[in-house]
Amino acid sequence: MTPVGSPKPVDALDSAGQQPTATVSAPQSGREFAPARPIWQVLLIRPETVTLALLIGAIIVGSQLSRFFLDISYILESSTLYSEYSIVALMLTLVIISGEIDLSPASMMALSACVFASVFQAGAPIWLAILASFACGLAMGAFNAILVIGFRLPSIIVTIGTLTLYRGLAQVLAGDRSISHFPDWFVGIDYREILDVPVPVILFTVAAIIVGLFLGMTIPGRQIYQIGTNEIAARHAGIRVQRIKAGLFVGMGLVASLAGLITASRLASVRYDMATGGELQMVLMVMLGGTYIFGGRGTILGTFLASWLLVIIATGMTVANIVVTSQLIVMGVLLITSIIATNAIYARSQR
Amino acid sequence: MQPVSATDKAPMMSLRGITKQFAGVEVLRDVDLDLYPGEIHALLGENGAGKSTFSKIIAGVHRPTRGTITLNSERVEISNPLAAQRLGITLIHQEPISFPDLSIAENLVMGRTEGSLLKRVTWGEMTRDANRLMNLLDIRIDVTKPMRGLSIADQQMVEIARALASDSRLIIMDEPTASLTPKETAILFRIVRRLRDEGRTIIFISHRLEEVRALCDRVTIFRDGNRVTTDTIQSLTDTDIIRLMIGRPLQDYMHKQGTTIGDVALEARNLTLPGTFEDISFTVRKGEIVGLGGLVGAGRTDVAKAIFGIAPAQSGRVLINGQDVQIRDPSDAIALKLAFVPEDRAIAGIFRSLSVEQNITAAVPDQIAPSGFIRRSLEKGIAEAQVTRMSIRLASQRQPIGELSGGNQQKAILARWLLTDPEVLILDEPTRGIDIGVKAEFYDMIGALAASGRAILLISSELPELLALCDRILVMSEGRLTANILRAEATQEAIMFAAVPKTTRQIEGVA
Repeated sequence: MTPVGSPKPVDALDSAGQQPTATVSAPQSGREFAPARPIWQVLLIRPETVTLALLIGAIIVGSQLSRFFLDISYILESSTLYSEYSIVALMLTLVIISGEIDLSPASMMALSACVFASVFQAGAPIWLAILASFACGLAMGAFNAILVIGFRLPSIIVTIGTLTLYRGLAQVLAGDRSISHFPDWFVGIDYREILDVPVPVILFTVAAIIVGLFLGMTIPGRQIYQIGTNEIAARHAGIRVQRIKAGLFVGMGLVASLAGLITASRLASVRYDMATGGELQMVLMVMLGGTYIFGGRGTILGTFLASWLLVIIATGMTVANIVVTSQLIVMGVLLITSIIATNAIYARSQR
Repeated sequence: MQPVSATDKAPMMSLRGITKQFAGVEVLRDVDLDLYPGEIHALLGENGAGKSTFSKIIAGVHRPTRGTITLNSERVEISNPLAAQRLGITLIHQEPISFPDLSIAENLVMGRTEGSLLKRVTWGEMTRDANRLMNLLDIRIDVTKPMRGLSIADQQMVEIARALASDSRLIIMDEPTASLTPKETAILFRIVRRLRDEGRTIIFISHRLEEVRALCDRVTIFRDGNRVTTDTIQSLTDTDIIRLMIGRPLQDYMHKQGTTIGDVALEARNLTLPGTFEDISFTVRKGEIVGLGGLVGAGRTDVAKAIFGIAPAQSGRVLINGQDVQIRDPSDAIALKLAFVPEDRAIAGIFRSLSVEQNITAAVPDQIAPSGFIRRSLEKGIAEAQVTRMSIRLASQRQPIGELSGGNQQKAILARWLLTDPEVLILDEPTRGIDIGVKAEFYDMIGALAASGRAILLISSELPELLALCDRILVMSEGRLTANILRAEATQEAIMFAAVPKTTRQIEGVA
C-alpha cells in the first residue's frame, strides 16, 4: 500500500515560519477571536456540574427523610441493584459521545446470560459457559456494528431492531423457565465484599476509572470526541472513523455480556426477561451525567456521578415509602430535565 | 419580439446602493440596477463576483446591509422568500428544491395555500389547476405523480409553472441550463422567451456566453462585488465580456521566489469518476505550485477528494514519487505524506466546539502521545509553536476554535497539516472568506512551502491568486482538464476561456 520512497527530511518548521510574522497586518475588520471565558463560566459549562449539584441536593433531601439514609453501607447495598446498568452506561457514554446510540444492551445482557445458562445446563464446565457468553456478546455487538457502519443505517433504528431481535432469541433459547443451580462460588456476587464494599460496586468503580482514563488520556478516546463533534472533519484528518465506531459497538456487546453475568450471579437464576427496560435506565444515567445526545461532549465522571444520583434518589424514595410505580415518574422527569439543562448549557456555550 | 430598450418603459424594479456584508466582508458594493418589464437580463461574473448574492437579495434569501429596492415605484422590503413570492418574485434554483415525495400538483401549490389552518384541500381543484398551468407551458407530465423521478429539466419546468401559478412578474433563474440536454435547453428557452413576451422580467444567470447571447436582451457584469457595466448584448463582444469580468489590474502579489523545481512528486493518470470527472492526468513536481482553476462545479474539488482518498476515483492511477499507490482512506494519504486543506472549513476542517490545541494536533496523534497516553505538555508545546509560527491570534489555546475568526481558523487547519510534514499539499480555496491582510500572509506561506521543496496543488477560483502564485495552471471545465498553461503564457483571459464550458450543442433559434 505504501511506496518505499525515501522522503528526504524536509524542514517543516522553519521555512514557512520565518516570513509570515513580518507581514502581519493589523486586523482590518471585526474581532479576530472571542475573549477567553472567566473561570466560573468554564466550570459551569462542564457537563458534570449539574449532575454534581443534583447529587448533593439529593443527599441533603434524602438525609432529611430518614436517618438511615446516611448509613453508607445501606446505600452501598442498594447500589448493587444498579451496578450492572451503571457498568454498561460507562460504555454507552462513549457510544453517545461518538454521535451514535445503542439501545440493545439490556437485550444483549439477557441473550448472553441465556447462552451462558444454557451452555452450563447442557453440562459444560462453567468457564466454557462464561466464554460462550462473551462470544455471544461479541457477535451481537459485531452484528450491530455491521448494520450501522457497513450498511450505513441509523444506529437508533438498528438497535431498536436488535433490541427486539436479541430479546426474542433469548426467549426462544430459554423459553419461559428460569435456569438456575449455578455453583455456589458463582452466585451472590452482591453479597461478597472487599473492605466492606460489595464487589459489583468495586467492579463499577474500577471500570469507571479505566474507561475514564481511556476516554480522557488516549488517542482513540480523544478521537471519539472529534468524531462526535464533526465526523466529516474527523475523516479528513485521517481518523479511522469506521474502525473506532465498530470497536465501540463490539465493546458494548462485551460489556453487556459482563453485566449479564453479574446479574445472573446476583439473581442466582437466568430468565429471558432479564433487565427488561434496562436500556432506558442506562440512557438516563448517560444523559443525567451531562453527555450531549448529539455527540461530541460528555464525560465518564458525569456518568459515574449520575449513576450514584440514581441510587440515592431510588433509595431515598424507598426510604420515604414512595411506591415503585411512582418512582418511574421521578425518573422520567429527571431525564427530561437533564436533557433540557445540558442542551441549554451547550447552546449558550456555543454562542 | 424585439428586445426592449432600456428607455421605452418605466422600470419594474429599481435597486439602489445595494451593499451586502457577510461577517464584515463586503461581497456587494453599492450596486444600482434597473430592471424593465419584458426583458431577459443576464448577470455575468466570476465565481464570487456577487451575482448570486445579488439575485438572492432580490429573492429575499439575503437582506441587504444597505440599499433600497423599489418595485413598481413603491419602496419595498423583501425580508424573506415568502415575502418575495407575495411581491411576484420567484427564484428558480439550479437544482430545484422541492418536496420529492409530494405530487407535482402539491408542489405547485406549495407556499401559496392561503386561508385558515383548517381549510380543506380540494384535491380535484388542485389537480385541475396544476394541469392548466402545465398546459400553459405546453408540458405534458402527469401532475399526480411524485416529484421524485422527474428529470432536472422537468423539475425546473415545475418550478417555472409554480412561478406562473403565483403570477410572478420577476423570475430569477440561477444557471438553469447547467444540467440540461440541448433539447431541454431549447424547450426552456422557448418558454423563457414567451414569458418575456408576456411582459415578465427574467434574470438569467449563466456562465455560457453563447446561451446568454442567444437568449438575453441586456447584460450586467459583476466583478469583486461591484457592478462593472450594464449594456445590451449586441453592443458587447465575447472578448469585451470576458475582459470586463476579470478586468482588474493584476495586483502585484508576486510572492513566488525563484525555486528549483525537482522530480515529480504527485502524478495523476487518467483518473475517472463517472459523472464527476473524466480522464484527469497531471503532474506536480517538488517545489512547484500548480494551480487548478475553473468554475465552481467543474470537478476540481472532486479530483482533490479522489486523490486524498475521501471519495476515490473509479479508475486511473495515482503515483507518489513515481510509485503507484492505493489511497482508499485519508489515513492512507497521510501516511504517504499528503495533506489536504479542504474548501469548506466548517464542514470538513474544524472541530468547532473543541479547543484550538486539539484542532491543531488532530492529524498527528503520535506526536502528542508517544507512549499511548496523551501528554498535555507535549500537546501544549506543539500547539504553541504552531500558534507562534503562523501568528494565529487567539485569547487562549484552550478556547474552542469556533470562537476564532475565519482567517485564524484557516491558519490552524494549515498548521494541523504542516505538523504532518507533508511532501504534497493540496490546498482547496485556501483564502476563501479571509481578509485581504491575512490573504497576503497565506501567499507568503504557500510560497515558502514550495521553496522548501514541497509540491503544491492550489485550487482557486480567484484568477489573480492563481496567476501570482503558480508555476503552471491547469484548468478544468465540466469534469475535464481543458488547459495546462505555463506561467509565462498565463493570462486571465486564457484561463477564463478554458474554464467556460464550450457547448457544442446547437441552440434553437439563435438570434
